[in-house]
Amino acid sequence: MKTRFVALAWVATAAAAQPTVWVSSEKDHALTVIDAATLAVQATIATCKRPRHMRLLPGDRQLLVACGESHAADLIDVATRRSVRRVPLGDDPEAFDLSPDGKTLYVTNEDDGTLGFVDLASGRMLQQVPVGKEPEGVLVSADGRTVYVTSEVANMVHVIDVASAKVVHNIKVGKRPRRMALTPDGRELWVTNELDASVSVISTKDRVATHTLVFALPGARAQDITPVGIVMTRDGQRAFVGLGRANHVAFVDVAQRKVTQLVLAGKRAWNVALDKAELRLYVVNGLSDDMTVIDVAAAKALKTVPVGRVPYQAVVID
Amino acid sequence: MIARGVLLLPALLAPLAALAAALKVTLIVPADDARLERTRTERAYLGHAGGPAQDGLKVALDEARFELDAANASIVAETKAVATRDAARTAAQQAERSGAVALITDLDPESTLAVADAVQIPVLNVGLADDALRERDCRANLWHLLPSERMRADALAQALVARKWSSVLLLTGSHAQDAPRGRAAQAALLRYGLKVVTTRSFKLSADPRERELANPLLLTGGGLAYDAVWVVDSDGEFARALPYRTALPRPVVGDAGMAALAWHAQFDRFGAPQVVRRFAKASGRSMTAHDWSAWMAGRAVVAAVLAAPNGPAAARSRVLAAQELDGSKGVKLSFRAWDGQLRQPLVLTDGQAVLGLAPVDGVLHPKNVLDTLGADAPEKLCRARTP
Repeated sequence: MKTRFVALAWVATAAAAQPTVWVSSEKDHALTVIDAATLAVQATIATCKRPRHMRLLPGDRQLLVACGESHAADLIDVATRRSVRRVPLGDDPEAFDLSPDGKTLYVTNEDDGTLGFVDLASGRMLQQVPVGKEPEGVLVSADGRTVYVTSEVANMVHVIDVASAKVVHNIKVGKRPRRMALTPDGRELWVTNELDASVSVISTKDRVATHTLVFALPGARAQDITPVGIVMTRDGQRAFVGLGRANHVAFVDVAQRKVTQLVLAGKRAWNVALDKAELRLYVVNGLSDDMTVIDVAAAKALKTVPVGRVPYQAVVID
Repeated sequence: MIARGVLLLPALLAPLAALAAALKVTLIVPADDARLERTRTERAYLGHAGGPAQDGLKVALDEARFELDAANASIVAETKAVATRDAARTAAQQAERSGAVALITDLDPESTLAVADAVQIPVLNVGLADDALRERDCRANLWHLLPSERMRADALAQALVARKWSSVLLLTGSHAQDAPRGRAAQAALLRYGLKVVTTRSFKLSADPRERELANPLLLTGGGLAYDAVWVVDSDGEFARALPYRTALPRPVVGDAGMAALAWHAQFDRFGAPQVVRRFAKASGRSMTAHDWSAWMAGRAVVAAVLAAPNGPAAARSRVLAAQELDGSKGVKLSFRAWDGQLRQPLVLTDGQAVLGLAPVDGVLHPKNVLDTLGADAPEKLCRARTP
């Protein structure tokens, strides 16, 4: 009894001290925890069914994991690596974002084609806003007044006004829009178009796509370039885009809207994550069941680490 | 004669239809469809239709409502059931006169050609895999959503190459479709450098003297050595019971065992589960390859309407032919200019699981790897489309 307690306490301290990378695995109903320093697999944590999108709650102590087949999110205490509670999220939740105060969760319900507003504390569904079918990426503006949602079927970004819980604008983008990133000044919304090998750059003020950045890759055909994941540096100078079946990540100069480097990752390199120092980029490879760790400065893959089956997203806890 | 008139799908009438330009698409189906008799559909043979084409079309139009509303457009679908080739022709002409954007057909080859010849607007074939319709009988306004027999055979041949199962025993049946489909299989085996050990015919017969023609052990035995048995059985009954009954412990492919299809309800990548679920919710059944092609036809029409909602019909026809489509198969799909076939990856399945996709990894093509499945441009097999 006593030894067990001590062991647990040690694990808890170790977890808090060492930076880790958590990867959701759609088919295993589990998360893989990887030591960011050694890149060794530390643990596999069981969670709700078909975990996909994840993010830390403000304070970085709790990780929220949306599970498509549990119709809920699992709230996991990062230090103990245990589930604290479940938050009901409606039918087939895919991705979500939080209001700036961390109280309201905006979740895409893929089957219903709705964006749900969920009160995180009570788990109550406050609103369900109908959007195009297969809604995917969700992003809340910095002021918390606007939520952007992509619909993979309608090929548009819905602009949703939080106060009225209504779609106030539809912005036409490319085919199968997936994920989004906002520039730090909030002026530009970057949207990946999976079946157009491109990113649409939207002016948030004019609510229209003003530029399209088309990816090209020596030796790869346009139809194999299927961008999904995107992350931007805090200063808004660079973006990293997972190019899907082209098995590469594009490093993009945001101001120039130009690809500066292309880095080889695994098969179907899709969602991407940065550590806090923005030194390392973690790329999950959906078809090779692994994660590629990239040295950002050198634009080079350091290692590819096996993770659970059909990895969806990585979150760095550091 | 047009049997029992027009079936309107009221759910497809968007509330804004009065304001928007309501465009029409007409689906022409057989009046008494033997494929859809309960005793056929409940057997659920691999590659056979599972229900009416309306179901897939309805899902495609329903899910497009957001986009259509945003473009201030709407599409109304009507279904016409026809008993004869002449009735099919008349229905097509009426639909064109009343302003249909496109026709979708789920008919026999002769009626399909009669429809294509009777109108100028695009005709989308969702039910026929016949190679002849893409080759010598092709038409400039006839488009094919369902993969051709040759595409399916190429996909299987690629899967055999990838597994190094290089010598094949080919079994063919006596159904009218079995002879051309058997030739398609042989051509694919030849194309991919696989060896046909021998070809044997099977027959399910009432004549006791022909009983041996339905005996799997005799058909697959006799000292033959092979890596796989490829069975061509358009009816389905013989093939279904062939796996595990071969003289040698070898896998069966073709119309049982592993088949190459446009779609399978267990496909779990690229948003496919959402499509399958939407379909099941709307129709109460599992989504088959035929349902996928009907759904794709609806999506093709929607995309054409969105691209030119108010434009002339010719503009929409041009768009329909040139557009790139999202079929939840992970890559963009488009029509081949040289035979009107929608290029697409195929699902390899045993009916239980999705075992893989074709084109298989490592197969190369100078332009688009999807064109390793089916007839390619340089072959110039369709004269109506060769410039």
